[in-house]
Amino acid sequence: MADSQMPQGTYKFDGEMATLGYNLNRMCFTFNDEAGREAFRQDEAAYCDKFGLSPVQKEAILNRDIIALLRNGGSIYYLAKFAGVLGLSVQDLGGMMTGQSTEEFQAYLDSQKVGKPNG
Amino acid sequence: MAKMIGMIGTSHIPAIGRALDQGLEETPYWVDFFSGYKPMREFLQAEKPDIAVLFYNDHGLSMFLDKKPTFSIGTAPQYENADEGWGVKVIPPLTGETELSWHIVNHLIENDFDPTVCQDIKVDHGATVPMSVLYPNHSYQGIKVIPIAINCERHPMPKPSRSYAFGKAIGDAIRSWDSDQKVVILGTGGLSHQLDGVRAGYLNTEFDQMCMDKLVSAPEELCDYSNDDLTRIAGAQGVELAMWLAARGCFSGPVREVERRLVAPISNTAAGLQLLLPA
Repeated sequence: MADSQMPQGTYKFDGEMATLGYNLNRMCFTFNDEAGREAFRQDEAAYCDKFGLSPVQKEAILNRDIIALLRNGGSIYYLAKFAGVLGLSVQDLGGMMTGQSTEEFQAYLDSQKVGKPNG
Repeated sequence: MAKMIGMIGTSHIPAIGRALDQGLEETPYWVDFFSGYKPMREFLQAEKPDIAVLFYNDHGLSMFLDKKPTFSIGTAPQYENADEGWGVKVIPPLTGETELSWHIVNHLIENDFDPTVCQDIKVDHGATVPMSVLYPNHSYQGIKVIPIAINCERHPMPKPSRSYAFGKAIGDAIRSWDSDQKVVILGTGGLSHQLDGVRAGYLNTEFDQMCMDKLVSAPEELCDYSNDDLTRIAGAQGVELAMWLAARGCFSGPVREVERRLVAPISNTAAGLQLLLPA
């Protein structure tokens, strides 16, 4: 749920969200295995249908709309595996979610630098 | 009575495993992070613990949402790693320690903690990265590992106070085990970070330093935070403080801090590293 207690831009992954996102997360769980990744690559829409994703979830997968996936019950643990299928890093993912380039997202991380005199 | 020789708090992010695979330890980005492990490795090589009790969280390798334990403990003779979907090399299996595992299980249930007992699980980066970074070139064949997982993915998850109490009960169990083996406690994950949402990339290194202060002197004060508090203050994955609290809970008396490092950013996290010894 987009909990009013949560900071803006945080989707608390609770029972309600886990229920909403179960099929989406189940699909992304199969990306642990190369067979699942390959089946997805072969026909993304058919793979979404096989797992019973809602139309909104399917569209978000096809559009790589990570925020929409989070809003529709995606758990970041399994969405990270989706990013893996796409060959994206967690910095790429961070950029996509925050509307920045990967370099801009990395610069935001670097702006919080501590303990790295050499880097 | 088994002897607990100390606690190491460490990050467990996949990027560390990848950096080890690619030999990036001396590069500018990584050098300040990896140099912190030198004293940790020296400590382990000098003390040669027989067993590591390793607190971690599974990120969707063995523990999917279909059956997700709140607390779980491995009782297997061996733990395989496996593909997690993003191309980090699979590492050789960890050796388990069944006798102490079952002793802990028996003690926990007798003392009103009821974990899921796992005789066959694969372990993910939460467990394999700490072992890989502490034992270079996968030289962890000489140590047996007991992986203990805490749900940090789906709310509700254990309150910080509960994870600390869980660790206390495990410490009591280890102390009551009739053996002369040496046990090191590993608390993994964290510290502040948020992977998801528009707030992704948020860190709070001041809070992390305060947490490491309190882990030394007053860990029970960290038990006043709720997981929602931690999400607000330390980011959505800041809840991984649970594993550090459980590890610290294993020690009944005072501890002294021997090493500490906080390096950020490491991937999307503030990476904490701490060595605590019984005072």
